[in-house]
Amino acid sequence: MSTATTELTYTSDEMMSIAAARALSAGQRCFVGIGLPSTAANVARRSHAPDLVLIYESGALGAKPDRLPASIGDGILAETADAVVSVPEVFNYWLQPGRIDVGFLGAAQLDKFGNINTTVIGDDYANPVVRLPGAGGAPEIAASCHEVYVIVRQSKRSFVDRVDFVTSFGHGRGNGDRARLGLPGAGPTLVITDLGVYRPDEHTSELTLTALHPGVTVEQVREATGWQLRVADELARTPAPTSDELAVLRALKEAS
Amino acid sequence: MAEIVSLADAVAELVRDGDVVALEGFTHLIPVAAGHEIIRQRRRDLTLVRMTPDIVYDQLIGAGCARKLIFSWGGNPGVGSLHRFRDAVQNGWPEPLEIEEHSHAGMANRYVAGASGLPFAVLRGYTGTDLASVTSTIKQITCPFTGERLAAVPAINADVSIIHAQRADRAGNVQLWGLVGVQKEAVLAAKRSLVTVEEVVDELEPVDGGIVLPSWAVTRVAEVPGGAHPSYAQGYSERDNGYYAEWDPISRDRAEFEKWLERTRTTGVPA
Repeated sequence: MSTATTELTYTSDEMMSIAAARALSAGQRCFVGIGLPSTAANVARRSHAPDLVLIYESGALGAKPDRLPASIGDGILAETADAVVSVPEVFNYWLQPGRIDVGFLGAAQLDKFGNINTTVIGDDYANPVVRLPGAGGAPEIAASCHEVYVIVRQSKRSFVDRVDFVTSFGHGRGNGDRARLGLPGAGPTLVITDLGVYRPDEHTSELTLTALHPGVTVEQVREATGWQLRVADELARTPAPTSDELAVLRALKEAS
Repeated sequence: MAEIVSLADAVAELVRDGDVVALEGFTHLIPVAAGHEIIRQRRRDLTLVRMTPDIVYDQLIGAGCARKLIFSWGGNPGVGSLHRFRDAVQNGWPEPLEIEEHSHAGMANRYVAGASGLPFAVLRGYTGTDLASVTSTIKQITCPFTGERLAAVPAINADVSIIHAQRADRAGNVQLWGLVGVQKEAVLAAKRSLVTVEEVVDELEPVDGGIVLPSWAVTRVAEVPGGAHPSYAQGYSERDNGYYAEWDPISRDRAEFEKWLERTRTTGVPA
């Protein structure tokens, strides 16, 4: 039992990274995107899941960086990896046959069925309002990993009813769409934001709020959601970051 | 056999207006100096191919060298967007840019097909995404053995592929190591190839995880120390993270970019 009453101060971004890190289990093989996913995965590996296997699309299998990589091809990934392989090999031999447990992705837009857009904002692909970077490895990561975790800062702009462009397929328009398309993995099973945690409803696959981070209200979450949000009957409260978790996260950031 | 020549001579000889040109290097060993030489020699109407167009492609696009871009992820890694690329796509400045957009798995397989002398590659990809509806080079195919529906993508056979490597010997055999990306496939898929290297040595010492491209598979080699800057060359140089950050305000502003372009064209030393 905790007897400490000291209030730790932390940001909502830190809460998000730590909540995401906690979702990763020891021994899992995790395909990691750069940015928020990489931060969370490295916190997990340096705390409760030291044997977490980090796979980066640049070709580093089992990377063990002691700081956050600045890019997907940061030299520290190759130098600390169990194996370094070519980019075609990463996708063809390691991702495509289903060897990876968790695909950890970010998103510019995420919709209520967990579809991801990182391509364009606006309805007209040829004349976009905002041109985004594009797909990278995400479409096949979202298809072939056993499950997908998405980490994204939540707002009405990022959390939308329907994405402007499906870059990476989540659950389509609802339950059964993945199976109909023959997609091998389970798709997004967990979404973590700076406000809370979401899981797809087991019948409809619609993302449902299942946990609130400390200090966040359902009203705040609804304000930052672009659809009529469903809330789980038993809404959990994310435990606040521990001092150990914050120390690991901050040390990684400082080393970078 | 790969002849060892100057970078300027190699670009003048190998890269022609209207060519399909691939510069590869997956955040490591990016052939940036060769890209700047293409800008200096004012090549035009190029179809630029690259899995991860980053700063050097932003520069080539802003300089008006490109008519079309074939890619899978375009950004300034760790910083944000490519604003010259965005300006070209959103506003047609300095000229309209046609795009052909894939995923990494699709692009990697297109190079593999090209290197293998096959017309197309097969992968389990793009399923359910909108990419197939906007990109004409993504098709469906049925496996003749199992009936599984799969994606087919055509081979990329660039007119010229350009990569940067750590070393070559005097006979033009090329050695690279670390994250080797898709460079071998890009070179073998292309009609002509140029490899810039950190140094030319008498003998290539074996390196763990290293690959060698035999001289007879490469068209030209040019010695360009630091030719991957601001990316890095494992064993030779570190990534210049400051350059990536400093590119952002230059890229955001047409006037700032044009100053950069003028400096690059006149001094040969991009600042």
